[in-house]
Amino acid sequence: MSDNKSLENLVTQVRRDILRMVHKVNSGHPGGSLGCAEFLVTLYNDIMKLNDGFDMDGKNEDVFFLSNGHISPVIYSVLARRGYFPVEELNTFRLLDSRLQGHPTTHEGLPGIRIASGSLGQGMSVAIGTALTKKLNGDDHLVYSLHGDGELQEGQIWEAAMYAAGNKVDNYIATIDYNQKQIDGATDDVLPLGSLTAKFEAFGWDVLEITDGNNIQAIKEGMAEAKARTGNGKPVCVLLHTEMGNGVDFMMHTHAWHGKAPNDEQLETALAQNPETLGDY
Amino acid sequence: MKKYTNTGSKDTRSGFGDGLTELGKTNPNVVALCADLTGSLKMNAFKDNHPERFFQIGIAEANMIGIAAGMTIGGKIPFTGTFANFSTGRVYDQIRQSVAYSDKNVKICASHAGITLGEDGATHQILEDIGLMKMLPGMTVINTCDYNQTKAATLAIAEHHGPVYLRFGRPKVANFTPEDQKFEIGKAVQLTEGTDVTIIATGHLVWEALQAAETLEEAGISAEVINIHTIKPLDEEAILTSVAKTGCVVTAEEHNFLGGLGESVARTLALHKPTPQEFVATNDTFGESGTPAQLMEKYGLNAASIVKASQKVIARK
Repeated sequence: MSDNKSLENLVTQVRRDILRMVHKVNSGHPGGSLGCAEFLVTLYNDIMKLNDGFDMDGKNEDVFFLSNGHISPVIYSVLARRGYFPVEELNTFRLLDSRLQGHPTTHEGLPGIRIASGSLGQGMSVAIGTALTKKLNGDDHLVYSLHGDGELQEGQIWEAAMYAAGNKVDNYIATIDYNQKQIDGATDDVLPLGSLTAKFEAFGWDVLEITDGNNIQAIKEGMAEAKARTGNGKPVCVLLHTEMGNGVDFMMHTHAWHGKAPNDEQLETALAQNPETLGDY
Repeated sequence: MKKYTNTGSKDTRSGFGDGLTELGKTNPNVVALCADLTGSLKMNAFKDNHPERFFQIGIAEANMIGIAAGMTIGGKIPFTGTFANFSTGRVYDQIRQSVAYSDKNVKICASHAGITLGEDGATHQILEDIGLMKMLPGMTVINTCDYNQTKAATLAIAEHHGPVYLRFGRPKVANFTPEDQKFEIGKAVQLTEGTDVTIIATGHLVWEALQAAETLEEAGISAEVINIHTIKPLDEEAILTSVAKTGCVVTAEEHNFLGGLGESVARTLALHKPTPQEFVATNDTFGESGTPAQLMEKYGLNAASIVKASQKVIARK
């Protein structure tokens, strides 16, 4: 268990990493990355049981899949800060010959990544597959995944949701980044999602909500509850209410920063709001 | 010329099913996934013998490919089974991102390939799948010719690490390759020796090529028949060695000429030894309903077409 203060310091540093990464190459997705910083920091440093080092097979440890691969800056920063690879490597984000591709991939052998993602809607199926293998192997560790809410517009998600419930894949917690925004605007304007709780429950999932998904204590409590609900014959869905762009005032309450990098001046403002805690890369 | 005997016609999909049954007994890491076509894919014996390692996915092929990719994490070797159309075109992006780009050890096993699926018609037939799969970096593409070879290939791909597309078919066809053959991925099999024309065939067209070679022999033409069961990686050496002798080539496949074996052979020849080539393949068209034999005749995918193409290409030398 990590105390909230040290996790908050790590979140602040991760925000700086995200902002500096996308600024340097003038591309990438800061909005969703910032919105999920608290969740992924807490997941990797407080919730998941992880072995030292990286092994593709992930035996006898919890396994996480990022299905909405465009928030690669946050997962790269969290993995680097957790020791999967040197933090200096964050400097190579989206550059030629980098292991830190625009969207995460196993192709260049980056430790911590087990599947390519970016083309949306595929990660839930993959997570279910790994959960099934864990059951076959008698491995009682859990599988976690994260999905964008807009991503739920992909049909494959619902094929997977139907399968997981129908086959009692109960060693699996899928979290939905419920920021209600996507590239073209509000999800309600692009394609309304309706009640996600009602949808997942109708499919046979156990659903819980974390209403302040940018609050570390709320994430800790919500995910502890989610873990407690595993092993009961149902997959578990967590609706994580987040604020896109969280921690940078001008990036919040808008979808404008979904896939846009800050300019020099904007970066300076954003970094001033998040003073260095653990040291920049 | 060496002659081959049909030891009793069988469907190639049964070779897959029997190979999978054997793998179930010998390799505890092999798991099987099916999208509501267990009987058609001949996966029932595996399912009955190992219910805990058989996964009925339902009619959700995209989910099946994703689950298969995920199952490799932790050491399983997933074999997915459905028709070739639903194994490829329907799930291309899932294969591309979650399997090929992610370098997952998934075996995509596809029955009812080509036009010989027959009466169900063009919605279920596919004549583009070899092209789709061979374009994916890192994908091994195999199209077997008879029951024995399909069974041997099924066993062999379990030992190979990496994504594989294994293509086979629905109808009963001549079974003529050895029962105890060792299947070597990427290694062509020379079936007859000849000097006038090289016939390079894959899948159901291999037996037709042998029939064509007999007809050609009666007309005084010596044909060298090569069975290319692995379209990618292609055995370029076998092709170039044969063509150096014969000086012309006919390729034969149950697939569109666009994207098929013929194009792969043509590239090899263009790079190393430009050679006259004729293509026995479908001509940029969809299929239609009919019996397999009727369709093979109408679309020019039989021994008679190979004979005609051979005579034509010899004249071009």
